[in-house]
Amino acid sequence: MAEHGATAAHPKDYHAAKMGMWLFLFTEILLFGGLFLLYASYRHRFPEAFHAGGQTLDVFLGALNTIVLITSSLTVAMSITALRRGELTRCLWLLGFTIACAGGFMVNKTIEWSAKFHHGLIPGSEHMLGLPQGQSVFYGLYYAMTGLHGVHVVIGATVLAWVMLLIRQGKVTAQDYVVLENAGLYWHIVDLVWIYLFPLFYLIS
Amino acid sequence: MTDKHEAQHEPLSYRFLALVWAGLMALTALTLGAAKVDLGFLNVVAALGIASAKASLVIFFFMHLKYENRLIKGMVLTAFVILAIAIALTFVDVGYRY
Amino acid sequence: MDQTDHQSDDLTTRPFFGPKGSGGPGDKGLGPASWLFSTDHKRIGLLYLGLIGLMFIAALALGLILRLKLMTPGSTLLSPQEYNAMFTLHGVIMVFLVVIPSIPASFGNIFLPLHIGANDVSFPRLNNFSWWLYVTGMVLAITSIFTGSGAPDTGWTFYVPFSERTTTNVSLAVIAVFILGFSSILTGLNFITTVHRLRAPGMTWKKLPLFVWSLYATGWIQVLATPILGITALLIFAERVLHLGLFDAARGGDPLLYQHLFWIYSHPAVYIMILPAMGVISEIIPVFARKPIFGYNMIAFSSLAIAFAGSLVWAHHMFTSGMSDTAVLIFSFLTFVVAIPSAIKVFNWLSTLYQGSISLDPPLLYALGFIFMFSIGGLTGLVLGSAGTDIHVHDTYFVVAHFHYVIFGGTGLGMFAAMHFWFPKVFGRMYDHGRAAWAFWLVILGMNVLYFPMFIMGLQGMPRRYYDYLPQYGPMQMVSTWGSWLLAVGLGLMFWNLYRGSRYGPAATKNPWGGATLEWTLPTPLPHEAFEGDPSAPEPYDFKGVNPDG
Repeated sequence: MAEHGATAAHPKDYHAAKMGMWLFLFTEILLFGGLFLLYASYRHRFPEAFHAGGQTLDVFLGALNTIVLITSSLTVAMSITALRRGELTRCLWLLGFTIACAGGFMVNKTIEWSAKFHHGLIPGSEHMLGLPQGQSVFYGLYYAMTGLHGVHVVIGATVLAWVMLLIRQGKVTAQDYVVLENAGLYWHIVDLVWIYLFPLFYLIS
Repeated sequence: MTDKHEAQHEPLSYRFLALVWAGLMALTALTLGAAKVDLGFLNVVAALGIASAKASLVIFFFMHLKYENRLIKGMVLTAFVILAIAIALTFVDVGYRY
Repeated sequence: MDQTDHQSDDLTTRPFFGPKGSGGPGDKGLGPASWLFSTDHKRIGLLYLGLIGLMFIAALALGLILRLKLMTPGSTLLSPQEYNAMFTLHGVIMVFLVVIPSIPASFGNIFLPLHIGANDVSFPRLNNFSWWLYVTGMVLAITSIFTGSGAPDTGWTFYVPFSERTTTNVSLAVIAVFILGFSSILTGLNFITTVHRLRAPGMTWKKLPLFVWSLYATGWIQVLATPILGITALLIFAERVLHLGLFDAARGGDPLLYQHLFWIYSHPAVYIMILPAMGVISEIIPVFARKPIFGYNMIAFSSLAIAFAGSLVWAHHMFTSGMSDTAVLIFSFLTFVVAIPSAIKVFNWLSTLYQGSISLDPPLLYALGFIFMFSIGGLTGLVLGSAGTDIHVHDTYFVVAHFHYVIFGGTGLGMFAAMHFWFPKVFGRMYDHGRAAWAFWLVILGMNVLYFPMFIMGLQGMPRRYYDYLPQYGPMQMVSTWGSWLLAVGLGLMFWNLYRGSRYGPAATKNPWGGATLEWTLPTPLPHEAFEGDPSAPEPYDFKGVNPDG
């Protein structure tokens, strides 16, 4: 039976670990999916306000963060190749670079959000509560979606840092690399969500 | 454990991964350019189309889906189909109400 | 008890669970830590069973108090605010802490691996973690009652705008719901992977017991629908803390989109509740009819069909909400479609019983109770799914009666059936059959006296969740409350009988019912390591040469 997995002789089932991770990623996709559902509905309801709202966002910062995340996705993918070829130092450097990218992304995000806060767009503030209907929903979604995404960036970076530790301790190796692969999958999902968030908020205007 | 070997396909080369990255960068440039041109409704289609092309590159190559077995591929498809159904069926309400 | 069998120090022959007198320690003795941090699927199943039972009794007590208040009209026993808080808690605890985890987390955990010839689930540590998440969610949910400015009073659905504005402790409650959802997801994820990866050699998909099929379908709903509940709960929290205005009509938000998100999860969730119970019934009926299950393929397929079609019908909870007429029409139609696979199962069970050599033991009694109650609940569901009639009975006692027939009469009796069916295998002892039958008749009578008048009151227009009512409903409210007492007595007798059985009952044999699935080939009580090497995969419903012991 080809599908029979872990036995006493093979305590670790590579396929099960991968399948479990993919199933977990589906839950992430659907978690964000609920927000995308709201976005689609409200954009349908307030096309002009979403158009105007998009123009107030900083395309340069958005594009920069897109490049940062895509590049970090590349380095995670390369780190798996490095680990499997036994190039441990290179693998750790690539992962370190990825985490640095996550940091850079969060710095950009902070700059962007601060600028919005500076304009009085603080969730719950008088100014936000007094916005016209469509704009209120646009910024509400902007904070909800980029905020939840930011949380995932932080979680993803933390997971990668933990895997770096495991690699250094020799618990994740060239032969037994599924933990790194799964951490990488998680990081790619973070990138994937941003790939949609970027045009939906910054470009559709 | 025959499947154990099947799973361990050769690691993707740095060169190939860099090519995928270059493709993603090119598509990012393309979507930035497309946003500058006023195409009306087609702007949305173009933005989402390009985003989906980028997403496919990430899923199939960075996430190795292309090299997974059909079971995993089918599962991924199921997840996206369910999400699409949820959004589509919500639109039979909001599409006729707003 | 046959003690000599369990004296060996060899891990593989020790029972995982030592009832008093068996002398059998588990993997690391019987201390609390060996249970709380156990990665043994059987122990985790029992941990769940214990807490689910506890929560069931708590929410049952709330329900009895509510019924007592409603026995007479006017302001008695509870203040309106207490009443609101109490029906909210009854709902939240019953739905999120009892019914959703009920069968999968307890008996699913114990028997899914054994049914497929595996010694554990794919991710045992994750399994333990998901129990701890359940504990965390439970503690937070209970904390939300006693902290902040009062227990949540929104109803278990947390509908906006009230849930955003009420000053009661909704924020903590929705975080509890989020965490409980996470726990449910991890169980589903574990089961799907286990079914794909850990089947014994020769255990093909067509040889899987139907209980496994139903848990597999349930696992998919848990993985794909629960995240939507997660985001919905998070959004309520965000609205209360950050005031984003996403559902605030005054600020351009749409409260109906909250209802959409909520029901995109919560409708499939009723199939998380009922599918595992259907799986249990599919196991029990052939064993006590001594006949192969009728229509194996159709029952297996209908589980998947229910899981898929169940995700297409959520807005039938919103026919009177003011959503578009097009949506009302489409969702009403789709609702009728999902009735088909459920009916397929019922007809197949009845065909299995037909000309069977039926022995009316307690597990079969509860299973037949399930079919009876589920049929009433299911058919009245069509009255609600049909847009025209729903307008009349929406948000009345009719709805309350309908879902109590399906969820309590269905999932509840399915759970009790599972308890009576697998009790000897889990606890190594047997309960008293006569008392179990008495308890069953009291329970089924109590349920019908309790809930059937609600159908009539609902048709007459009695709205649900109301604190007070017009005098015309007085007599039937009274009868309904009497029913709740009958039910309570029946449940008390049932639990007492099971408790006594687990402590003092006669030692159970290996296969007291003559089941053909793999767990009945194992010693009683179950050893820590179930299988040495790979078992050969039996035909799960071929009773040739398989007989009840004794």
